[in-house]
Amino acid sequence: MRTVIRQAVRLVLGAALCVLGSAALAATADHTKFKELQGPFSSGEEVTRACLSCHTEAAKQVMATRHWTWEYENPLDGTRLGKRTMINAFCIGDRPNQAFCQSCHVGYGWQDDSFDFTAEEKVDCLACHNTGGYRKLAGLAGHPAYERMEYPPKSGKFVDATDLEWVAQHVGATSRETCGSCHYAGGGGDGVKHGDLDSSLNAPPRELDVHMAADGLNFACSECHKAEEHVVPGSRIAMTAADPHGPIRRGQHSDRNPATCQSCHGDKPHKQSFLHAERLNAHTDTLACQTCHIPAFSRGGVPTKMAWDWSEAGRMNADGKPFQLKDDDGHVIYDSKKGSFILGENVVPHYQWFNGEITYSTLDTVIDPSAPVPINTFHGDARDPRARIWPFKLFHGRQPYDVEHRQLLVPHVATHALEGSDTAFWLNFDWPKALQAGAEANNRQFSGNFDFVDTRMLWPITHMVAPAEQAVACQECHSASGRLAGVPGIYVPGQDGNQLVRTLGWLAVIGALLGVLVHATIRILTHKRGN
Amino acid sequence: MSEQHTVHRFYVYKRYERFWHWSQAALVIFMMLTGFEIAGTYEIFGFQRAVELHTLAAWSLLILWAFTIFWQFTTGEWRQYIPTLQKVDAMIRYYAWGIFRGAPHPYRKTPQKKHNPLQRLAYLALLSMVSPIIWGSGLFYLFYAYWKDFGIDRWLTLEIVATVHTIGAFMMLVFFIAHVYLTTTGHTIFAHVKAMITGWEEEHEPPAAAQSEHKPR
Repeated sequence: MRTVIRQAVRLVLGAALCVLGSAALAATADHTKFKELQGPFSSGEEVTRACLSCHTEAAKQVMATRHWTWEYENPLDGTRLGKRTMINAFCIGDRPNQAFCQSCHVGYGWQDDSFDFTAEEKVDCLACHNTGGYRKLAGLAGHPAYERMEYPPKSGKFVDATDLEWVAQHVGATSRETCGSCHYAGGGGDGVKHGDLDSSLNAPPRELDVHMAADGLNFACSECHKAEEHVVPGSRIAMTAADPHGPIRRGQHSDRNPATCQSCHGDKPHKQSFLHAERLNAHTDTLACQTCHIPAFSRGGVPTKMAWDWSEAGRMNADGKPFQLKDDDGHVIYDSKKGSFILGENVVPHYQWFNGEITYSTLDTVIDPSAPVPINTFHGDARDPRARIWPFKLFHGRQPYDVEHRQLLVPHVATHALEGSDTAFWLNFDWPKALQAGAEANNRQFSGNFDFVDTRMLWPITHMVAPAEQAVACQECHSASGRLAGVPGIYVPGQDGNQLVRTLGWLAVIGALLGVLVHATIRILTHKRGN
Repeated sequence: MSEQHTVHRFYVYKRYERFWHWSQAALVIFMMLTGFEIAGTYEIFGFQRAVELHTLAAWSLLILWAFTIFWQFTTGEWRQYIPTLQKVDAMIRYYAWGIFRGAPHPYRKTPQKKHNPLQRLAYLALLSMVSPIIWGSGLFYLFYAYWKDFGIDRWLTLEIVATVHTIGAFMMLVFFIAHVYLTTTGHTIFAHVKAMITGWEEEHEPPAAAQSEHKPR
């Protein structure tokens, strides 16, 4: 019976998605009719083999992308980047938590370094191309549930087995939902990391995102992040800070990043107001489009984490059990597993110069614990023609570091990471064990002496573009203590002014008024006396 | 002093001149109001609206000036602004002392010479210093969007332009205060203003003084 209901729900969902999808993309192939997809399938890999029997080059293409490798070399300084090795100020690091974190890998089975990156059937086509009914569970190293199982473990909640045949027969183009299943959930939950990406973008109103508005343009992510050979452009790892060019015309060959605002709008997009068009267009030499057109992030009702203090983690309640605290809206603000959080909604961004160059703290970086450690550093200043003032989410972290080596540490946190181990922090709340396991997995030494250090991490804000009429108003910056207060190298009328000129100017005005007043008083007095 | 004033009226300010004066006055006052808001002194219209209105007023004033310069030269009225140092000392003495004693005004206004020497000097300063400062910086400010096209951004910054513009604005405000006050120094408080509205100046002079003034130069 349950299966019947499930099927019915999926049919309705599928039909709805087909209606939605068909308007944008009228497919010429009905995958339900493909004999290759009739199944039965017992694993994701079997589905992938079926996909590859027609889409022969797809796996090779995916394997060349960062979605597969989680690895990237920073052209600036040669540091190895990518999720595989990078650290952040949220869940801190991937190794040795792969089985947990790799639920967002476009593959099956990456739970340790033995993963075969050349096995084509390990590529997960369904993660991005499902139209519903497919979910990769944390802890299963990228696999969905193949049988009914309790999830999260010991939660008393159950997840049904994935209907792989149905999912395979109903594949489609990527959607906000499929991209969002990972990109909304970075940092361990909806909206946690980015601030401008969360599930409110699945069906956003126009005010939240003018491009993705369900009742408007209804863009999928791929409308801007236009993939070619499965390479998805527009990553925050390698950003285009300034794109001072006109729009890319349809059919025009271009090496430019197609995900920039300018690739469609051009760099002089303001035309509406005779009085302001040129003035606003002149602002594009200084400001990123996002700076005015995203007045605040986390506007869709899903809060984002603004701060995360790991040093608070591990407290137990009166019964000696881990616990959670929630705010008035029901959002977790303390979790024994993770520490305490500060959440934010409708957050006004932090603004700073950015020229496209980013450097990152790695596990090798020697830190100065006396000051907040920048997990990432966005470079650029006012004199740099490639730089613009960008909006950012400024995230405050507090995370473990090795006091003797003065290096940041990655804890082993996730329960399922190492079979039979007792090092996972979320299981036994023992920092030294968790940090030792983390160091080993990353081939680093742990002195055993650790503490927590304040960290900062910046997240460029580029989604949740508001309609033009809700862009940041002039006086938001052009006023005393405006939004750009403290950004160096700019003169903002209404905010800045030469203090000496102002002082002398007003003294002169007061002097003139006093002079006039005294002169008039004497005139009145002498006139009366004369009478 | 004799009670028998000789009162005679004569036409000093022609129709266009009055139109020019009062529309310029309105525009200048309005530009000071919006300008100091743009500089962040207070908030009335909101920054964006203030910029729009300030810009519109600037263009209006430029057009008004185009007509006025034409008018000045075709009518020869521009000669009214030729500066002179004659009687400047008398003028200063008058405003610093004589005015309190009921002394006669040392300068007699005629349609041919309607500005006293101090006025001429003041208007010369306005034309040769305040105006260039305000208009020069103001036009650079207005066309900031085009600096790059002409390479101006390589040698000029917005901060300098805005600072110079503000200096000009303060000069204008000080001039405005003095100018308005001096309108009250006629034979009645509003005599000068009235003349500027109607164009007709009323001369109240004791006969002796009038005669002495009529001596040929």
